Amino acid sequence: MSPDSAPAAQEPDIPAAQVQPPGLLALFLAFARMSLAGFGGVLVFARRAIVEQHRCMTADEFNETFALCHFLPGPNIVNLSMVFGARLRGIAGGIAAFAGLLLPPTLIMTVLAIIYARFGNVEVLSRILAGISCAAVGLLIAVVFRMMTPLLKRMEPIALLLMLGVFLAIGVVRLPLQAVLLVAIPVSIGATFLLRRKVAA
Amino acid sequence: MNNENPLWALISTFGLMSLFAVGGAAAAVPEMHRIAVDVHHWMTDKQFADAYAIAQLSPGPNVLIVTLIGYAVAGIPGALAATLAMCLPTALVAYYVSRLLNRPSQSRWPALIQAALVPLSIGLMAASALILAQSTDRTIAAVLLTAVVAVVASISRINPLWLLLAGGLLGFAGIV
Repeated sequence: MSPDSAPAAQEPDIPAAQVQPPGLLALFLAFARMSLAGFGGVLVFARRAIVEQHRCMTADEFNETFALCHFLPGPNIVNLSMVFGARLRGIAGGIAAFAGLLLPPTLIMTVLAIIYARFGNVEVLSRILAGISCAAVGLLIAVVFRMMTPLLKRMEPIALLLMLGVFLAIGVVRLPLQAVLLVAIPVSIGATFLLRRKVAA
Repeated sequence: MNNENPLWALISTFGLMSLFAVGGAAAAVPEMHRIAVDVHHWMTDKQFADAYAIAQLSPGPNVLIVTLIGYAVAGIPGALAATLAMCLPTALVAYYVSRLLNRPSQSRWPALIQAALVPLSIGLMAASALILAQSTDRTIAAVLLTAVVAVVASISRINPLWLLLAGGLLGFAGIV
């Protein structure tokens, strides 16, 4: 979802087990803070706080946890908060981190929604939002481009075809997501599996 | 969908959608647009584009565009219901799966599935960009702004917030 999806493993690996796990309130506050700091995506801030500041996980543990949350459906960073909190403090820790991540920005967003419902048609605000929308779309295109580069470099025809197919089916034909994914996911997993077996053999 | 109780429509829509949202929130935008604008007529095209802009500009995970959609449908209860429906089910799935696979790196399936999902989620995000561009980029100046931001964000590591604010300023000045 963001250009920072592949965290680099540069920090020295400090054993995380020696550090006392933080309490529930500390978890809630830590995730609330990184959530509010994370304009346009929380992942960079989450990684900095978890690995570098609190040293709750090593860089490898973070990457593993992130990979797990990335291949599962749903908002990655939200999944990450739950898994991360639960590793430290069980299910209660997971819920504390989850609530910390979501509660403050949800409240902010609700207030913004109320303001928008009342003043969204005011001409000036509407113009400002139109400008922001254009820039936001540009940012999204940049993220797509960055994520696409490794694929283009490796020139995997099947991956590129699948990418194009999903783009056309969803973006142009506007088919429902479920239908497209029910076809595309098995095809992609099958193709990846066969390709890797061929490479290994 | 059940049209009599909008809360249930929100919960079932986003709960189901989250389970299919591979690749995170940006990949789910086309489906949100399809359901909120085309299927249920909860919002207009312009309102949806505005909601996306607000979600990008605000702190917190970008998935919180669902909070704005939920509010448009059913006020504050709708905002909370949509947010929880989008976030809680998959977080619980992630919790149980992480307990099952205590050491995810030992199995090669997570890596394989992840590699297989990458092109799909890029395709989904490209579709998001196209759908949003169709509702925002209606003038040549707007198309130019989008293109410039795309190029600048691709080649530099500038904080995205500045680009969004620049877009807001240009909008305020009436240029785009």
